[in-house]
Amino acid sequence: MTLTFQKKIKDALNFKKRRKLNRSKFGDISLFLLLLIFGTFSAYPLIMTVSNAFKSLDELFLFPPRLFPRNITFDNFRDLSELIGNSWIPFSRYFFNTILITLSGTLGHVLIASMCAYPLAKYKFPGRNLIFTLVVYSLMFAPQVTATPNYIIISRIGLIDTPLAIILPAIASSLGLYLMKQFMQQIPDELIESAKIDGASEYRIFFQIVMPLVKPAWLTLVILLFQRLWTTDGGSFIFSEELKPVSYALRQIAQGSIERAGTIAAVSFIMMIVPVTFFIISQSRIVETFSHSGMK
Amino acid sequence: MQAQLTQPTISKKTRRELLWREVKKHKHSYILMAPYVILFFTFTVIPVFMSLGISFTSFDLLQPPRYVGLDNYTKLLLDDDVFVIALKNTLILAVVTGPVSYLLAFVFAWLINELPPKLRAFMTLIFYAPSISGNAFLMWLIIFSGDIHGYLNAFLINAGIIDNPILWLKDTNYMIWVIIIVQLWLSLGVSFLAFIAGLQSVDKTLFEAGAIDGVKNRWQELWYITLPSMKPQLLFGAVMQITTSLAIAEVSMQLVGFPSVQYAGHTIVTHLIDFGSTRFELGYASAIATLLFLIMMGANLLVRSILRKVGE
Repeated sequence: MTLTFQKKIKDALNFKKRRKLNRSKFGDISLFLLLLIFGTFSAYPLIMTVSNAFKSLDELFLFPPRLFPRNITFDNFRDLSELIGNSWIPFSRYFFNTILITLSGTLGHVLIASMCAYPLAKYKFPGRNLIFTLVVYSLMFAPQVTATPNYIIISRIGLIDTPLAIILPAIASSLGLYLMKQFMQQIPDELIESAKIDGASEYRIFFQIVMPLVKPAWLTLVILLFQRLWTTDGGSFIFSEELKPVSYALRQIAQGSIERAGTIAAVSFIMMIVPVTFFIISQSRIVETFSHSGMK
Repeated sequence: MQAQLTQPTISKKTRRELLWREVKKHKHSYILMAPYVILFFTFTVIPVFMSLGISFTSFDLLQPPRYVGLDNYTKLLLDDDVFVIALKNTLILAVVTGPVSYLLAFVFAWLINELPPKLRAFMTLIFYAPSISGNAFLMWLIIFSGDIHGYLNAFLINAGIIDNPILWLKDTNYMIWVIIIVQLWLSLGVSFLAFIAGLQSVDKTLFEAGAIDGVKNRWQELWYITLPSMKPQLLFGAVMQITTSLAIAEVSMQLVGFPSVQYAGHTIVTHLIDFGSTRFELGYASAIATLLFLIMMGANLLVRSILRKVGE
């Protein structure tokens, strides 16, 4: 870990020196313009979502649309809570369902995928290559491919219409395991060896030495699974109204045309603010994880 | 050589004993891996084979599956006009969004890499945020709305380019382009982060060595130093972009509707959802899923073998 820190300092020192190498002014300016144009393209819909969420009805339909509302209002959120108040399930119930699914799914994924990643990264044993090859191949097709058999399996186990129908398949997501395994590979073997000499059991090594070292990778696994579970609407797996997640309820409300633009923006704002905030806080560690994501 | 000579002398029985000793020695590893492996097999590995099996049957979940041979496949490939449209749309979407998003992810990561750290973090957020913003892509519904309140229509009318609003989401000439634009907007995801990380971990001394060896400008630097050093990340990113670009469905269903006007936004995955979740023709849906699986694996393995050769 101190090594990466030293590297960071070295990079920072090199930064000024490197800039002068092989660079032309014309190139710098045109690349900056390119970034500006595409950055605007990328940010504009998000900024409009945030700003529309706080606009009143008359300001919503102004042209050109204002990037920042002149009169900030919480009307859209009030309309939203009124619409929700009229449904026969209390809104807090939807929220509880989403939080339950998201928390248990993400925590389960981080724990169980790390438990599997550790032996894959650090030991050679019969079956290791087979499992890791299967994981890499599973990155090559989208989860929709297995949707039908998954439905059959989940209904045979008797998990239809329970939160587990969403949580269990999410825990087994293969991208997280892949990234965690790649990240664990950089832990020095000597560290594990010396702990073994001190008499620590495999499980203790895993929980007390390996897990604290791979915190950046935890955050990455959390954000990848979090966004997937946070926005799940239960699909065909959950049909009881009182078990439906919040995204389902919000989608019902948002259905409708442009007249509901303010409400849709309020809904989207609520759904995006949590994962985006999480990413802002943990960005540098998430990027660090991906430096080990490479494939051969 | 020696190993080859001695191998036949080890009998089958002792080899099995050796294997068993290895397995016992790594007992802890198997215990740690068990929960994940069980879930992974239940929800990913076994379903792939199940899908293949069910695709040869007629199955509606109520009655036991009935073997029908290749019927589903012949119907799908020869009789299903909508599938042909879906296949065409999927390929157009994949061929455009796949390479373009891959290129954009790399170019932006590369440009951002030159910025000072704080600004770099900010620009990373700007480009990555759409892919984690959940429903925020619904904003494009308002931008592309077909009436005069739609931002794009209002802009074009005010600028005098068009007289009447265009039905971006209902006109078959434009629908696929709307999906492409929004999908590209969403596409700077994990591969983008992988490229940023890859660029940061390129050995900086290589650039100085390159400058001494006569690397003249940033393009040569990119081609001779940067790209070869981050090949593993480039391979990982390719897999991510190919898989996503062949699975486009959500954006299409939310923006142009499901089913869309004249199926102009229909893809293999929406076709699969149609038969799997709406009509409950699971045998037919599985045939679609199996074909999709083969297309995705084929595309991935092909591109992977090409990328591996680059620079060798």
